[in-house]
Amino acid sequence: MIAAFTLLLVCQLVGEVLVRGFGWPVPGPVVGMVILFVGLVVRGGVPPSLDRVAAPLLQHFALLFVPAGVGVIAHLALIESEWLPLALAVVPGTLVAVLVTGWTLQRVGAVAGDAADR
Amino acid sequence: MSEPSGALWVYLGESPLAALTLTLVVYLGCHGLWDRLGRPALLNPVLVAIVLIASVLLAAGINYATYFEGAQFVHFLLGPATVALALPFYRELERLRRSALGLTVAVLCGSASAVLVAVGLAWVAGATPEILASLAPKSVTTPVAMSISQELGGVPSLTAALVVLTGIVGAVLGPAVLDLAKIRDARARGFALGLAAHGVGTARALQAGQTAGAFAGIAIGANAVVTATLLPLLWRLVADGG
Repeated sequence: MIAAFTLLLVCQLVGEVLVRGFGWPVPGPVVGMVILFVGLVVRGGVPPSLDRVAAPLLQHFALLFVPAGVGVIAHLALIESEWLPLALAVVPGTLVAVLVTGWTLQRVGAVAGDAADR
Repeated sequence: MSEPSGALWVYLGESPLAALTLTLVVYLGCHGLWDRLGRPALLNPVLVAIVLIASVLLAAGINYATYFEGAQFVHFLLGPATVALALPFYRELERLRRSALGLTVAVLCGSASAVLVAVGLAWVAGATPEILASLAPKSVTTPVAMSISQELGGVPSLTAALVVLTGIVGAVLGPAVLDLAKIRDARARGFALGLAAHGVGTARALQAGQTAGAFAGIAIGANAVVTATLLPLLWRLVADGG
């Protein structure tokens, strides 16, 4: 289990180093994820120990955003004074993006075929 | 207040252990309640936990930096958890491959709409250029959004707050919008939530299932790359033209 967690950290660290070294416009952990993904493809399967470490992290992914979310309190004054443009951008702006993205993917036909994937 | 209890409050207010424990206890409570009530969208555990913890900090006069000294241990796990998204990708590889063309088109349309609608509405409502630059990359995952904001002349820490609010709105209201539009495919739903609402949307998609989670994770990375490469270029064009 420690080995599997270490593997996640090693992938992240290599990702962070590559991103900084080459000035790539992506976060280090995303590159780390690609590295691990390639490793899984090469290996041809997910080791059970890795699955045991990854499952709780993915299951409680939402928890990990709580500390950053509480950071909103540092900007309450600004959010209050500019509330209208911010609310318009954040609420309808986000929902339109959800709609456009989902609709496009469904429309382009790439997802046609197997309705069983609900 | 007597001396010993005063010291106790100081300890609780400043101890990383108390901040970390508060974060976990509140989240677990919110998650348990949400689960028991049949998972209603408006009681999204991330949203309720953030509101409760923020209220406690404001009421107790604890500043965010002090709180974060403890909460950072949870925050830190975002990195390895993001790496762990490789597992659902790997398991969904076949489906991802089959959707490659659709995903490419959806990323371009989705990223463009995320920026244009947000900036357009805020501009109409009279936002300053600094605010516009801060909210333009709000659908992108936090670290990338902050660096884009900086490049456009925004306030990176305000961007971080807007990114989280965007994530919560997408996670709480996004599934209802998808239902209304009759978008039922798990891949389209997951991808839409990940693109518009980054990691918080992905967390929501993972609750719906592995397929939706994998497509949401792909969308985070794709949107980060597209927005980070194209937005600064377009921003400069518009600024020069105006």
